[in-house]
Amino acid sequence: MSGILNSSIGRKFAMALSALFLMVFLLQHFTINLLSVISEDTFNTVSHFMGTFWLVQFVLQPVLIFGVIFHFIMGFVLEVRNRNARQISYAKNNGSANSTWMSRNMIWSGLAILAFMGLHFYDFWFPEINTKFIEGDMSGLLPNGEFRYFEELQHKFVDVWRVVLYCVAFVFLALHLLHGFSSAFQSTGANNKYTKGLQGFGKAYAIIIPLGFVFIAVFHYLNQ
Amino acid sequence: MNLTLKIWRQKNANDKGKMVDYQVGDISGDMSFLEMLDVLNDQLINKGEEPVAFDHDCREGICGMCSLYINGEAHGPDRGVTTCQLHMRMFKDGDTIFIEPFRAKAFPVIKDLVVDRSAFDRIQHAGGFISVNTSGNTIDANAIPVNKHDADDAFSAATCIGCGACVASCKNSSAMLYVGAKVSQFALLPQGKIEATDRVLNMVKQMDDEGFGNCTNTGACEVECPKGISLENIARMNREYLSAALKG
Repeated sequence: MSGILNSSIGRKFAMALSALFLMVFLLQHFTINLLSVISEDTFNTVSHFMGTFWLVQFVLQPVLIFGVIFHFIMGFVLEVRNRNARQISYAKNNGSANSTWMSRNMIWSGLAILAFMGLHFYDFWFPEINTKFIEGDMSGLLPNGEFRYFEELQHKFVDVWRVVLYCVAFVFLALHLLHGFSSAFQSTGANNKYTKGLQGFGKAYAIIIPLGFVFIAVFHYLNQ
Repeated sequence: MNLTLKIWRQKNANDKGKMVDYQVGDISGDMSFLEMLDVLNDQLINKGEEPVAFDHDCREGICGMCSLYINGEAHGPDRGVTTCQLHMRMFKDGDTIFIEPFRAKAFPVIKDLVVDRSAFDRIQHAGGFISVNTSGNTIDANAIPVNKHDADDAFSAATCIGCGACVASCKNSSAMLYVGAKVSQFALLPQGKIEATDRVLNMVKQMDDEGFGNCTNTGACEVECPKGISLENIARMNREYLSAALKG
């Protein structure tokens, strides 16, 4: 069993599992963010629940952090090994004749997402951890007694450049998912009569989720 | 037609190698790509120069020996053909054609456009076979019932000629389409199931030991494969491998 991760197939299987886990998380993240557009109160209530419930904070959050780190590290490991497998490049290579740009540039779309995550953590995750676990304020309230989550979210989208950066990052997320969704299933060995339908669903997921995130960011920018 | 050829020239395995320009004229569209190279080599020999070394044997798309990377694609711009089946009508008068060897760490260049693909042989030796009692009690293969769908899929996988276009086309130099086909052609048939666990573990280990890259599912191999080997074979190999690894 331990030998699985030392093999090429084992590594891509592990990569695929972490990708599937992150795609489920992304859907959950999107659903909660969408609540901020639909109902301020519901968004605050759900955010407070997610931010204070022990199972989310001390079990699911560490699993998520591990999943993210594992996906990035494994991605780099695979990239280095793959580059090493061809030491002399072709003088002329027509990659677009047989594969999509997305499939050939997963490392670059992944790096763009990694860079965005730095900004995203700076904006939301680090302040949240600071408030709750360093300052010890688990109330989720502002001095005026109202929940802070919606206001903090909206405050981040005052600056147009931040909104642009978020939108650009979501484009890279879409490009990453356009290949990553169906690739994850292929890596787990799932290639059967449902594959075509799954690829269609994957394309819809890869476009709708990032587009939804763009909509949420722009919505809050325009509704200051 | 008159063409400019940019060809990889390398004296031997230790030489650094470089692209060299050549001019060829009076090329007919009905010629195969290898016949065009024959014309070039006649020209070089007549001038007292070293002819370009390239692999070829059957020249009818069966043996898998021809292995050129032409204008950025394995076996050139046509689909479902090997280099020997590629016709010069795919090109226009005045074209510049890049001709390179299949590139992969596991396929070292021997000379010019000739690469050593014996890594494929070693993968095959690691498990690409079935054990059959040949002491006089051999069971006729036709006496064992096989599902038609499985038989068709096994036959499709078995059409792989081991040319290495999958490795050459893959941005990662992955051999998973080749190994997937070789694993599948046995895994789908009753005769192959007995040694299935050892086969896939040993063949994948050999593939990794040879230095091929990891598959990232770009699908380039399937598009460039002259025999149309499907990505389903890679997925089947993944299932076979994971199942075998869990069994130990």
